[in-house]
Amino acid sequence: MKKSVFLGALTVAGLTAGAAAAATLDDVKARGTLNCGVTTGLVGFAAPDNNGNWDGFDVGVCRAVAAAVLGDPQAVEFVPTTGKTRFTALASGEIDMLARNTTWTFSRDVDLKFEFVGVNYYDGQGFMVPKELGVSSAKDLDGATVCIQTGTTTELNLADYFRKNSMNYEPVPIETNAEAQQQYLAGACDVYTTDASGLAATRAAFEDPSAHVLLPEIVSKEPLGPLVRHGDNEWGDVVRWTLNALIAAEELGVTSANIADMASTAGDSPEINRLLGTEGNLGEMLGLEADWAVKAISAGGNYGELFEKNIGETTPIGLARGLNAQWTDGGLLYSPPFR
Amino acid sequence: MSDTHAESVAYVRETMLPETPPPAAETGITRWMKQNLFATVPNAVLTVAAIVVIYFLLAATLPWILNGIWNAASIRECREILDGTTGGCFAVLSDRWNQLLFGFKYPSTEYWRPALAFLLLFVAAAPVMFFKYLPRKMLLFTAVYPFLAFWLIWGGSIVPPLVLLLGFVAAYVAFKTLEKRGFGVAVLGGLGVLIVAIILAGSIGKIEVLRLEQVQSRDMGGFMLNMILGTVCISLSIPIGIALALGRQSDMPIIKWICVVFIEFIRGVPLITLLFVANVVLAYFLPPGTTFDLIIRVIIMITAFASAYIAEVIRGGLAALPRGQYEAGDSLGLDYAQAMRLIILPQALKISIPGIVNVAVGLFKDTTLVSVISMFDLVGMIRGPILASTDWNGVYWELFGFAALLFFVVCYGVSQYSQWLERELNTDHR
Repeated sequence: MKKSVFLGALTVAGLTAGAAAAATLDDVKARGTLNCGVTTGLVGFAAPDNNGNWDGFDVGVCRAVAAAVLGDPQAVEFVPTTGKTRFTALASGEIDMLARNTTWTFSRDVDLKFEFVGVNYYDGQGFMVPKELGVSSAKDLDGATVCIQTGTTTELNLADYFRKNSMNYEPVPIETNAEAQQQYLAGACDVYTTDASGLAATRAAFEDPSAHVLLPEIVSKEPLGPLVRHGDNEWGDVVRWTLNALIAAEELGVTSANIADMASTAGDSPEINRLLGTEGNLGEMLGLEADWAVKAISAGGNYGELFEKNIGETTPIGLARGLNAQWTDGGLLYSPPFR
Repeated sequence: MSDTHAESVAYVRETMLPETPPPAAETGITRWMKQNLFATVPNAVLTVAAIVVIYFLLAATLPWILNGIWNAASIRECREILDGTTGGCFAVLSDRWNQLLFGFKYPSTEYWRPALAFLLLFVAAAPVMFFKYLPRKMLLFTAVYPFLAFWLIWGGSIVPPLVLLLGFVAAYVAFKTLEKRGFGVAVLGGLGVLIVAIILAGSIGKIEVLRLEQVQSRDMGGFMLNMILGTVCISLSIPIGIALALGRQSDMPIIKWICVVFIEFIRGVPLITLLFVANVVLAYFLPPGTTFDLIIRVIIMITAFASAYIAEVIRGGLAALPRGQYEAGDSLGLDYAQAMRLIILPQALKISIPGIVNVAVGLFKDTTLVSVISMFDLVGMIRGPILASTDWNGVYWELFGFAALLFFVVCYGVSQYSQWLERELNTDHR
C-alpha cells in the first residue's frame, strides 16, 4: 500500500515535471536567465574566479546558449552540481541544461532519459607515471600499483585494459582527484590514471611537471558533452545548434574579433551568411532571432578560441587539440552544415 | 655568654647564620625538571624521546610557516618566489579570504552585514551564557536577534521579520492569557496566532521599508554558512530535544510513540542520507517551480538529526535523577509543567551538559557535510572552486590547515565554556 502511494506520487511528480519541461525555451525566455548545471569545480572546465565569476570551457557553452537565446552571455544562473546530484537536478527541472564534462554513454542517453546534444570535448583515459620510472608505454606497466578513483568508469576501463593485455596491477583506491594528487606525489602508487584532460591539469599543478610523463596509450572513449532532458526537441535543437555554431565558426574562420565585420553585411560565403543570419532564416526556424549565432560566438569566441583561452597550450593546463581539432586538421570536430 | 663551658666546647657561634638559598639542584626550574621530567630512568627516556619528536615536528613545520608567502597571484608565482626553498603558499588565503568566509556569490559590498550579525551574535548569546553576571534585560535583545540577523544576512525588506517578531510576541500573549484555561488550549491558541503571523509576513513582504539588497540562499557560503547552520540548528535542537525527551517519558501513548519513532528513525539514518533526501528527493515531490529554500531544508534535516541525539542525552539526565525528586515535586502540589520547570529539568540539564556540548560540537563539524550536496561551505569552497581554479590547483595543506584552525577555535571555545559552566553550576559539597 505504502509502496503504491509512493510510486503514484512519483508518477504524478514525473508527469508534472514532464509537462513543465515541454517548453523550456519559453520558460527560459520568460525567466530571463538560463539555469545551467556545471561542476562544483574542475580545473579549466568550470570554476569561479576570485571575483566569483564562473569561467571555463564548459561555462563557455552555457554562456553561448544564454547569448543565443537571451542575447546576454551574463544571463546565466550557474547551478553547481556534484557527480551524484547532476542527473536529478536535470531530470527534476532545476536546471535547463547540463554542461558538466559528462560522458555520453548509451545508458545515460537511453535509460536515464537524457538527450546529449553533441560533444564539446573528446576525452579518453590515460596514464601518468614519474619520468624516473623509465616507462614509455602502458604495456610496460605489468605489476604496477595504480591510483584510481573508485566508482567511476575509469576503474572498469582499467580492469578491462589490463585483462586484455594479460597484465597484473594493484589498485590503490582513492576518492577525489585532490587526494589522488597527494597519494601519487607521496609515492603511494606508480601510476595515476584518469581522463587525459584531468591528468594534464593535475600534472600542470605539480611543482615540477617535467618529472612526470603522460603515456601515449588512451584506453577508453570519453566523449564529453552538454545534455538536456528527453522530450523537448525544440530546446534540444537550440542547445545542439549553438554548440555546432561555435564549432562551425572555427571551421569557417569566424572569430570574436572579425564577427562584427562579417555580420554587418552579407559576404561571399553563403554558409557564413546563413550562420550569421545575413541570409536565410535559420534563426527563425529555431525560434530565435536572426543574429542568434552572432551573439553566441561573440560571447566567448568560437570553439577554438574557447579552447585556447581555458585549456589550450597557452594556459597552465596546456592541452593539445589532438582529437578535438577540426576534421580538416585531422581531428573529430565535424559540425553538420548550416543549411 | 659565660665561660662555664669554655674548655669543653671548642667553638660557639654567637650570631645567626644568614638564610642561604636552597641548593641549586633543589630549586626553581632544575627541581621542577628533576621532579617532573627526569624523576626515574623511564621518565627520563620518555622525556628525551618527546623532545626529539617535538624537534623534528618543529623543524619540519616552522620553516614552512615562517617562510610562507602571503602575497602572490597564483601557485606558480608562489613557487617562483620560493625558488626551491621550503615555505607555505599562504597567498591563497589572502587572495581568497572573502570567499573562504562568505562564499563566492555573496555581494562583496554587503560583507559588513554578515560580519555585523556575527558580532551581534556575541551580544545576543552573552546574557544566555553568562546569565548570572549580566542584567536580564539584555535577554530582550537575544529575543530580537534571530529576526535582526535574518534581515541582515538575507536582506530584503524589514517588514516580514518584523511581522514575524510581532507574531511571536502576540503568540506569547495569547499563550499567557489562555494558560488559565489549561496548557493544551494555551499552546493551540499560541500556535494559531503564530500561523496567522507567518501567513501575514509572507503576504506583505512587498512593502519596502529599510530595504537591504536581497541575497538568495544559494549565494550563501564559506565559513558563514557553517556558522549559520551550526548556531541555528544547535539553538533549535536543544528545546526540541528537551520536548522529545519529555515526550518519550510521557504516559500518553500517542505522544510517547511519536517521540520514540522519531528518535529511533532519525538515529538509525546517517546524516548524509538525510541531506541527500533534503537536496535531491524532495525536488521530485515538490511541484516544479516551487522554491522551498535549500538552506531551510538543510536546517530542518540537521535540526531533526541533532534533536534526536540531544533528546537521548537529556533522557539520560532525567533517568539519573532519583525518583524522590519527582515525588518531591508532586508532594509540593506542583503540576507537571511546574515540576519539570522548577525541579526536574534544572537538575537533569546540569547533568546533561557534557553530553549536549558533545553533540553540539559534533554537529558543528558535521555542517561541513553539506559540501557533498553542492553547497559551498568552508570545505565545499576549498574542495570545489578554490582547488579547481587554475591559479590555486595544488595548494592543500595551507587551505585545509586554515579550515582546521577555524573549526578548532570555535569548538575549543565551546568546550571551554561548557567546562566553566559545569563549575559554575556545581552545587555539590564534595
